[in-house]
Amino acid sequence: MSKPETPEPPSSEVTPEPLYLRRREFLKSAGLGVLTAAATGAGLVALTEGGPGLAHAAGGKGNAAPEPPPLKVLGRYSTDEPPTRYDDITHYNNFYEFGTDKTDPAANAGTLKLRPWTVTIDGLVKKPLTVDIDQLLKWFPLEERIYRMRCVEAWSMVIPWLGFQLADLVKRAEPLGSAKYVAFQTLLDPSQMPLQKTHILEWPYVEGLRMDEATQPLALLAAGLYGKALPNQNGAPLRLVVPWKYGFKGIKSIVKISFVEKQPPTTWSIEGPREYGFYANVNPAVSHPRWSQATERRIGEFERRKTLPFNGYGSEVAQLYAGLDPKTLY
Amino acid sequence: MGPRRPPLPWLKPGLFAGALVPLAVLVWRVAHRTLGADAVAIGLNQLGYLALVFLIAALGCTPLKILTGWTWPIRVRRMLGLFAAFYASLHFLTYVIIDQQFDWRILWEDVTHRKFMIVGFLAFLTLLPLAWTSTDASVRRLGFKRWKALHRLAYVAGVLAVIHFIWRVKLDAHVPFIWAAILGALFLIRIADAIRSRRRRRAREPVTRPTLDVGTPG
Repeated sequence: MSKPETPEPPSSEVTPEPLYLRRREFLKSAGLGVLTAAATGAGLVALTEGGPGLAHAAGGKGNAAPEPPPLKVLGRYSTDEPPTRYDDITHYNNFYEFGTDKTDPAANAGTLKLRPWTVTIDGLVKKPLTVDIDQLLKWFPLEERIYRMRCVEAWSMVIPWLGFQLADLVKRAEPLGSAKYVAFQTLLDPSQMPLQKTHILEWPYVEGLRMDEATQPLALLAAGLYGKALPNQNGAPLRLVVPWKYGFKGIKSIVKISFVEKQPPTTWSIEGPREYGFYANVNPAVSHPRWSQATERRIGEFERRKTLPFNGYGSEVAQLYAGLDPKTLY
Repeated sequence: MGPRRPPLPWLKPGLFAGALVPLAVLVWRVAHRTLGADAVAIGLNQLGYLALVFLIAALGCTPLKILTGWTWPIRVRRMLGLFAAFYASLHFLTYVIIDQQFDWRILWEDVTHRKFMIVGFLAFLTLLPLAWTSTDASVRRLGFKRWKALHRLAYVAGVLAVIHFIWRVKLDAHVPFIWAAILGALFLIRIADAIRSRRRRRAREPVTRPTLDVGTPG
């Protein structure tokens, strides 16, 4: 008991040599097995998160904005549905100038330079002009508008925008009688918008509205959301919001607004005329060739909900399309 | 000496465990709500992508053996194929149950009107008989020749899956095209090998009577 040296183990406890060798072999195999598992697993995880549409949002990292207090008074055009989380609105974006994944714009749009920024108003107007964005925003007081946003990809959000009615800008621009459409253009600068170096779309991004659509009180030029300046990835410093149309009509980072006589080209209808039309009115009855538009998933919710004609804004806008075949309005 | 152990005894268990890691990560992220704003879409895409990766990996086993002479790829081929079927099933079920929540009208439209969905559904259906007949007993029951012919369908599934992927991506399809290129390369290796072995066989055969007697010593 008190003997200091380690006693020789009884021979019954000594591992016989063949078994000892097998154990070594077993340990070696186990080690190699774990290595294989780790390498395979790590490789697969890296692969799945590197592919298109696979990355999970980096939302919440770094200086994520605090959730702002709920908004007080709802204007007549605002919905009382609960707004989507700020983090989701700002980390789930389609802004192909900065990447084709939903998380790319939040990661890459830091290269966008917001000042100086000018907006050119030209075409069939009394006095074409180029105005500094800060001056432009002084002309039109911003108001809160909580709108539903329905993406053509069958997901939706509720977004508290800060903006002014496009109709006010149209009025100030004094369009000539011959002006029938309003055309919009995004900044073209590949040094700030890296994917403009590629040809995945025709750059710059262009959009358009019929004059009566542009002057509909719901049509908004937004400069902020959740009571703050628009984050770059959401289309800073100025973007279009047309809540009864699919989200891609909401052209971002606008530098030019032109009044024209003929229906202007629009980016997605150039890219896929069968899939995306000029009107792009939200219409559950007209399917996208690759998916149904009958239902949508509200970001932050699990259950799908039915998509409403004109995204629920039919009472405001349906009369704009009276007499037109709704099937041609996709 | 005990019974002879198969070489590389660690390979299969290691691969098996590794193949489940991305699923574990996915489940963990869903549970912790770190999968992003539209977790359903991202999870759905990841499962489909994993199915494609395993399918191409399974299809790569024979070409790898042709190129290197290694035999271990053939011993893991069945497992890789079964993982392809496993992830394809999860992808399919996620779409039906979680994404569309049994909206039969939409699901019916999908398989009758949308070529992108039809191709994906066919790829999934193609994998089912392959998974079903993946056992040794099935090989015996069908006979090796017939079994082998049936399992050539894996290439059909691979082509369908890649097309499904290409059509799904809205614009920038370079990742699906990389997989299409890999699949094409695997085809080429097999075709080149088939041509080579046929030539070799023909060179060995007597000129008059073509037979299948491969065993004739040169």
